[in-house]
Amino acid sequence: MSRKLTIRVFKYNPHSKISKPHFATYTLDETSGMTIFIVLNQIREKFDASLSFDFVCRAGICGSCAMMINGKPKLGCKTLTKDYPDGVIELMPLPAFKHIKDLSVNTGEWMEGMCKRVESWIHTDKVTDISKIEERVEPAVAEETFELDRCIECGICIASCATKVMRPNFIGAAGLMRAARYEQDPHDNRTLDDFYELVGDDDGIFACMSLLACEDNCPKQLPLQTKIAYLRRKLATNKG
Amino acid sequence: MKVEFSDALIVGGGLAGLRSAVEVAKSGQSVTLLSICPVKRSHSAAVQGGMQASLANGNKGEGDNEDLHFADTVKGSDWGCDQEVARMFAQTAPKAVRELASWGVPWTRITKGPRNVVINAQKVTIEEKEEAHGLINARDFGGTKKWRTCYIADATGHCMIFGVANEAIKHNVKIIDRMEALRIIHKDGICLGVIARSLIDGSLTAFVSKGTMIATGGYGRVYKQTTNAVICEGTGAAMALETGLCSLSNMEAVQFHPTPIVPSGILLTEGCRGDGGILRDVDGYRFMPDYEPEKKELASRDVVSRRMMEHIRKGKGVKSPYGEHLWLDISILGRAHVEKNLRDVQDICKTFNGIDPADEGPKGWAPVLPMQHYSMGGIRTKPNGETPKMKGLFAAGEAACWDMHGFNRLGGNSCAETVVAGMIVGDYFSEYCKNNTIVADMQVVQKFLNDEANYLKEIANREGKYNIFEIKNEMKDIMWEHVAIFRTGEGLEYAVKRLEELLIESKKVAIKDKELNCSNPELEEAYRVPRMLKVALCVARGALLRTESRGAHYREDYPKRDDLNWMKRTMTYWDEGSTLPRVEYEDLDIMKMEMPPAFRGYGAKGNIIENPLSEVRQKQVDEITEKLQAEGKSRAEIQDALMPYELQARFKAANQRIGVDYE
Repeated sequence: MSRKLTIRVFKYNPHSKISKPHFATYTLDETSGMTIFIVLNQIREKFDASLSFDFVCRAGICGSCAMMINGKPKLGCKTLTKDYPDGVIELMPLPAFKHIKDLSVNTGEWMEGMCKRVESWIHTDKVTDISKIEERVEPAVAEETFELDRCIECGICIASCATKVMRPNFIGAAGLMRAARYEQDPHDNRTLDDFYELVGDDDGIFACMSLLACEDNCPKQLPLQTKIAYLRRKLATNKG
Repeated sequence: MKVEFSDALIVGGGLAGLRSAVEVAKSGQSVTLLSICPVKRSHSAAVQGGMQASLANGNKGEGDNEDLHFADTVKGSDWGCDQEVARMFAQTAPKAVRELASWGVPWTRITKGPRNVVINAQKVTIEEKEEAHGLINARDFGGTKKWRTCYIADATGHCMIFGVANEAIKHNVKIIDRMEALRIIHKDGICLGVIARSLIDGSLTAFVSKGTMIATGGYGRVYKQTTNAVICEGTGAAMALETGLCSLSNMEAVQFHPTPIVPSGILLTEGCRGDGGILRDVDGYRFMPDYEPEKKELASRDVVSRRMMEHIRKGKGVKSPYGEHLWLDISILGRAHVEKNLRDVQDICKTFNGIDPADEGPKGWAPVLPMQHYSMGGIRTKPNGETPKMKGLFAAGEAACWDMHGFNRLGGNSCAETVVAGMIVGDYFSEYCKNNTIVADMQVVQKFLNDEANYLKEIANREGKYNIFEIKNEMKDIMWEHVAIFRTGEGLEYAVKRLEELLIESKKVAIKDKELNCSNPELEEAYRVPRMLKVALCVARGALLRTESRGAHYREDYPKRDDLNWMKRTMTYWDEGSTLPRVEYEDLDIMKMEMPPAFRGYGAKGNIIENPLSEVRQKQVDEITEKLQAEGKSRAEIQDALMPYELQARFKAANQRIGVDYE
């Protein structure tokens, strides 16, 4: 059953004066149900203890482990080696984010900046008395908010985006999705004008060229293009 | 010397740390939060099933209140918890859910009218009231009298942590991720802050503050088989232990969850069983009703896990290349339910096992086996969250033992605890910071910083004969083999002895990569593993010395719960230079309990060595209750007469519910 896997991993330490970007190649025995999480930990334990990469939940929930796997941005923990028939897998760090080392990139800093830009929190003047029965929400509306709340900030949509390459300040699908999420939430009192102020420019909603790679690669299968189109139409036709 | 000052410092960016940070920030003080990973990736995000709070909105929650939630929690703990803390918790939990709703957490809501559910493997229709329409829904979970677990499909933790983290960003909490706290700076029993290391460039910074909180989660990764995220290594708790002044309490109380999927160990939520899923054996037979006729699959987790292992020992397990397992069947809930409410579960089964759990019949069954899931033990604190012997050091969430879970935690009570502790302890912590000044003894700070830098250099230059990964893996194997679901004196003695040897060997490793000024996984293992071993030794030694079975701690050689000799909380300390923890005990006072020890209502019967005080106290409790009821006193007044407890007024306020208002 077992076959040999050839894993090529990008290695580079930008904090070192002598390190040069290069690929290291490792050969491993494949086991059943093997994921890139298992592969990389085996490499670290058996061959190269200095190899840097990021995992937290290893279950596709936390969004830590996005990387380029044979040229496509994917979550390492959810990628199975059996899906690569020739047994050759090349791993590179996610582009568009600050490189830390080897496969590790700084998504956290970028995502916090995105949250600040779109003011990713409920805006309301209402003071909630938490002893009282909660405000009612139509079940379908709560479900819709949840749909838009499922983004895990893994950065794959940003790394997939050609617009982001041309416009470094583009807020990306993650940012636009976040604006759409709060625009939809009945707890948030912001108006379309308010959202226009935040994302109504060509680093925001009007930058997207609908190239669709964000949606193709999103590991949570979020309806990114529909929601971006919907928000763009709303903001473009808003008469204030 | 790199030094950063703030009023408050929080180590750990999961729900407990973030919620506490919001509490401090709202008071107008500056707060810095250090996290080993981007905060939204913390293990809190992995909460699937939900959080318990007695809102009593739905048909199956009707009649629920703080009293029932409190009682379930105490029974679940096998009378190991601090009942005052359980009260504080049950009273605040509904407020926590409602507050999160106002922060945009999209709780699943109730639709009025008929609702199809599966109860005891039967399809049943229940009716939701008109007045409950649009209020927060709840599902069933193990060990509870009512359906009390509020949820958002099976992504509850994800939505909660995004909601709370965004609120923290809004309140200008200074979040520094990839910053690992290594050492607590202290002088004369006062905490001054921590020394932390950047996981980006390896630099050390002294974070100095008036008060410091540790909220770094559990220690599941000391076990080979665990549902925990890879960051749950207990090193935050170990940092407190290493001060010599703080104890880790009840570390032998470790929870094993019944349904992680085999072999990856990824959790399939208790919501699977709460929503009506059942467990089957090698013959496809539903075996739980034979063991637990009343609660069946929904007894507490310690009980279900043991029953599963018992059944496997009887030869009813399913053999696989990864050892034996049992089946979890949620296909009986119907495809629509699975795809809506158990969507991540479906995704996990499909991705990691190639199984669609919505497929009817055996091909949709998921292979499951109990694995480590939760750490009831942690840094011992007072009910306000402060450590007893180190002024200004607080702990909250899974990292802490304040102690609301005792020897077993109920499903849905941990993510509830994180936010509730964030409110209660967060507020006490905030008050502490407000009322104290920075003890910025810079000579002390400089010394701690230098010591840490020297320690890291010393590690990097090690040229010993051992390999740090091999030591770590052996520790995990030992813990899984000898300190897991079934424990014996013999196995535990071996575990303690071998772990102690490993701790000594962990200082004699060879480090190949000597880079200090960048992310260096080998170096990081080399300073984390000795701390994990200390935590593991606290667990194993505590388990060895506790000659009884209580909650999740099960000794085959002492199968009874011994209320006569073991109404005690274990406290483990680490004296500098020692290779074993020092163990002390703290008595639990039955005569002050609102609910004196009794049978839990599930698990094996006749398995208790009773303490005569239990009966005496029960009589008192009954008399007081009867008398006050006859006088027409309210629920809250009776509770106060039985066991008064302190809680901030805004959290102690009565909770409103439909139908009964503030009663």
